[in-house]
Formats: sequence, C-alpha cells, structure tokens
Amino acid sequence: MIGARRKGLYSASNESRNNREGLKGWLDPTGYGWERISYWLQRLTGLFLLVYFVGHVYETSSLTGGIGSWNAMLKFTETTWGHLFLILVIGTSTYHSINGIRLIFTETGKGVGKPGRPEYPYDALSLNYRQKSGIWIALILAVVAMAYGFNVLFTGG
Amino acid sequence: MIRRIHMLGTNGKRAKSKSGPGMNSVTMRIYRSTEEGNKGRFDSFDIPIQRWTTVLDALLYIKAYKDSSIGIRYSCRMASCGSCGMKINGKPRLACYTNVLELDSSEISCEPMSNFPVLRDLVTDFSQFLNHHRNMKPYIINPEIDLRDNPQLSEFLQNPTDADKFLQFSYCIKCGLCYSACPTVATDTKFPGPQALAQAYRYSADTRDAGSRYGLTSIDSRHGLWRCHFSGSCSKVCPKGVDPALGIQLLRGNIMSITKRHKKIAELKQHTRNPQTD
Ligand code: HEM
Ligand code: SF4
Ligand code: FES
Repeated sequence: MIGARRKGLYSASNESRNNREGLKGWLDPTGYGWERISYWLQRLTGLFLLVYFVGHVYETSSLTGGIGSWNAMLKFTETTWGHLFLILVIGTSTYHSINGIRLIFTETGKGVGKPGRPEYPYDALSLNYRQKSGIWIALILAVVAMAYGFNVLFTGG
Repeated sequence: MIRRIHMLGTNGKRAKSKSGPGMNSVTMRIYRSTEEGNKGRFDSFDIPIQRWTTVLDALLYIKAYKDSSIGIRYSCRMASCGSCGMKINGKPRLACYTNVLELDSSEISCEPMSNFPVLRDLVTDFSQFLNHHRNMKPYIINPEIDLRDNPQLSEFLQNPTDADKFLQFSYCIKCGLCYSACPTVATDTKFPGPQALAQAYRYSADTRDAGSRYGLTSIDSRHGLWRCHFSGSCSKVCPKGVDPALGIQLLRGNIMSITKRHKKIAELKQHTRNPQTD
C-alpha cells in the first residue's frame, strides 16, 4: 500500500508539477556563499577539463602521423586564441586539482568540525574558515598560475 | 535579551535598512497559483511595518486587511513547527523567523519553496520530502527495547558527551529549507536530500541505536549520499543550526570507514515500578 503510494508520488504526471529547480539549481552559483561557488566552479572546470582531455588525446595522437602532422597540430596553440585557451587550461586545472584535494578530505568527514550544541545565530560548523581558506587558496593559486602562463606564453619570459 | 534578538536578523546581523529608521512600509509581492498547469502570477500589496514585523506578520496583515484568499501555512510563529518555509527574496527562509528590515529591501517577494510541488500559493506538498525522511528509519532501533507488556521501567544510559554527538541533528524541525536550497535535490528526485541524510547520521551516531542504516538503498546507492557535492547551501539556510552538510560528510566518512564508526551501545537500565505512583 505504502509502496503504491510512493510509486504514485514519483509518477510522470506529478513530475511536471513538482516545482524542481532543475538545471538552474546548479547553474546559478549566487546567494549561498563560497561553498556554492566552489561547487559550481569544480563542476564547470571538471567539464572543461574533460573536453580539453578529449581534445588533448586527439592532438597527441597526431604524433602517429609523424612529426609533420604533430607540428601542424601545434600551430593551433601558437595563435593568440590558442595561448588564451592554454592559459584557461592552466587556471582550471590548478583550481580543479587543489579544490579537489580539499574536497577529498571534506567529503570523507575531515576538517568539517565536530557536532556540538548549536548557539544563536547558529552558524554552521561545516562552513568554517578551514574550508573557505581552501577555496580561496585554490582560487589564488589558479590566478598565480594563469599569470605565470600568460608571462611565458605572451612575453616569452 | 529578547529585545536584542528582535533586532537581529536570522544571520545574526543587525537589521538595517537603506531607508533608515524612516522606512515604515514595504511592498509585498506574493506568488499566487492559477489554474493547474499555468504559470502563477504575483500580487502586490503595500503594507505598514514596524521594527519587529516579520514576513509572517506581514502576510497575516495582508490576509486580515487586504486579501484573505492568500494560501499560507504556519502554526507556531516562533521557528519551532517548521511549517512556514517559503522563498523570500529568492532564498528559502522561515517567514516567522525573517525580520522584514533584515532583508534591506523596500520590495519583498514571497514564493513557494523550490523542489516542493505547489499545492496553492505559498503552500507546498511535503509528501516526497517526508517519504525520504521515513526511508531513513528515523527512530531508535535496538532489540533490547521493551516497549510492550513490560513489567519494568527501563532506560538507556547515555552521558552528555555521547548525547552531544547527535543532539544538534535532532533539532531539525523538518521545515524543508535545506531541501529547497540543495542543487542536487533540484535535479534528482530520488536523492534523499540533506534533511533525511542528516537524520540517518543522527541515529547512527546515537549510542542507544543498534540498527545499521549504512546499507539502506536510500543511503548507499547511485542516488544516495554520494550525490552530495558539498555545496553547503543546506547548512547555510538551516534556521536551527542542524548543519546537515556536516552530518552527511560524517556519515560518508563512517561508511567508507575513514572516520571512526565504532560506538559502544548504551546499557539498558531497569527500574522497578513503584506500585504507588504507577
Ligand atoms: C589532480 C587532479 C584532480 C583531482 C584531485 C580531482 C578531484 C576531483 C574531485 C574530488 C571531484 C568531486 C567533486 C565533488 O564531489 O563535487 C572531481 C570532479 C570532477 N572532475 Fe576532477 N580531479 C582531478 C582532475 C580531473 C581531470 C583531469 C578531469 C578531466 C578529464 C576531471 C574531471 C572532473 C569532472 C567532470 C568532475 C565532475 C564534477 C561534478 O560532478 O560536479 N578531473 N574532481
Ligand atoms: S536540517 Fe535544518 S533546514 Fe533542513 S529541514 Fe531540518 S531544520 Fe529545516
Ligand atoms: S510558523 Fe512555525 S516555523 Fe514559522
């Protein structure tokens, strides 16, 4: 009986009226603080890196066509747009990996704090400064890495 | 002390207003559902406010003097019953726990909470949400418990340190704000959501509980707690300091045996009934 009721709740006719926020739920990172922004960036950078990774495998596989085709492929990255794209790869991979390491700890219950007695105004323990500084460090290092990449690619420094 | 709390917002910040102390009215934009399948509309009302007016006070003022047909749900008016959750200026909040001045805006919008089906106007359907909660077996499971035909009174002995391990999670009032803020709940109807998962942790951390919930499909499955990506929004909006994101991460650590999951089950102490008082 309960099973049937539950099934009904998830039926298609209800689905359309269920007022779920849908994709907008994760596409809009505003209004919930740094952790929500970091979640959004981790996902966007992850997807970007995935696309890059596929392209990268395609690019390096050109080596099998000999040095000529490899050099032709490299030409793509030697334009201004190519350089800007590579800088984006540097930034996203730095952010994604450093924030990813933070998340590996966080999501296994490390660094989120110990339960206690909540006191007004009830600030959440898990949204602590250890977590926030992890996010900020990932962002700062991504910017530093991008600046370094910019310097090497555009000024030859 | 009571006075001070009145002047503080739910986030503990002093309520302030751009228009200063002179601001004595606001425009309330209220979502009204129309016929099924159609998009709702917003009705606007200008109403007077005081320093202590909450969004629920404002809505009740409208119901009393402007339009009695607005659908809202509330009961305790003091952040205890969990029935007045709604989206206020775009974010899930309790209407009774949100001071109008704290919002720092001369226009306030009230909409039904996202991720809950709308019944009418600002009233949402909690059946899915409560089903997820129910699936977690939110009660003490212990074969030692003798509830029926018990000739003796008995209690589990628990010290304050052990109680503190789950107490904050038991303050949950099932208001659904966390469920409405969660970006995973937004796209996955099978994901139990922060409230239910935090309750699973609440019981598994309780020394009186001997039942294991780690194997439940609602927890350890494709749509279970692994879907949490720690966006922290649940803990950000929770009005009771439950911090569901903390519960989920601790539960995850326990399930993966990365954090300590061993607990000593509390002892059952028998008392002899006193025939004079029973
Ligand atoms: C040192 C390198 C890396 C580390 C430490 C790392 C870490 C992580 C972690 C911990 C997550 C889960 C985050 C969460 O729970 O929301 C994640 C998600 C993801 N990663 Fe990585 N990652 C690395 C490299 C990569 C690379 C090279 C790619 C692309 C080929 C990639 C693609 C993704 C994608 C698509 C997601 C899913 C995002 C989501 O569901 O929100 N990652 N990464
Ligand atoms: S965890 Fe907090 S926000 Fe979620 S239902 Fe319970 S009291 Fe409400
Ligand atoms: S009316 Fe009870 S929580 Fe707001």
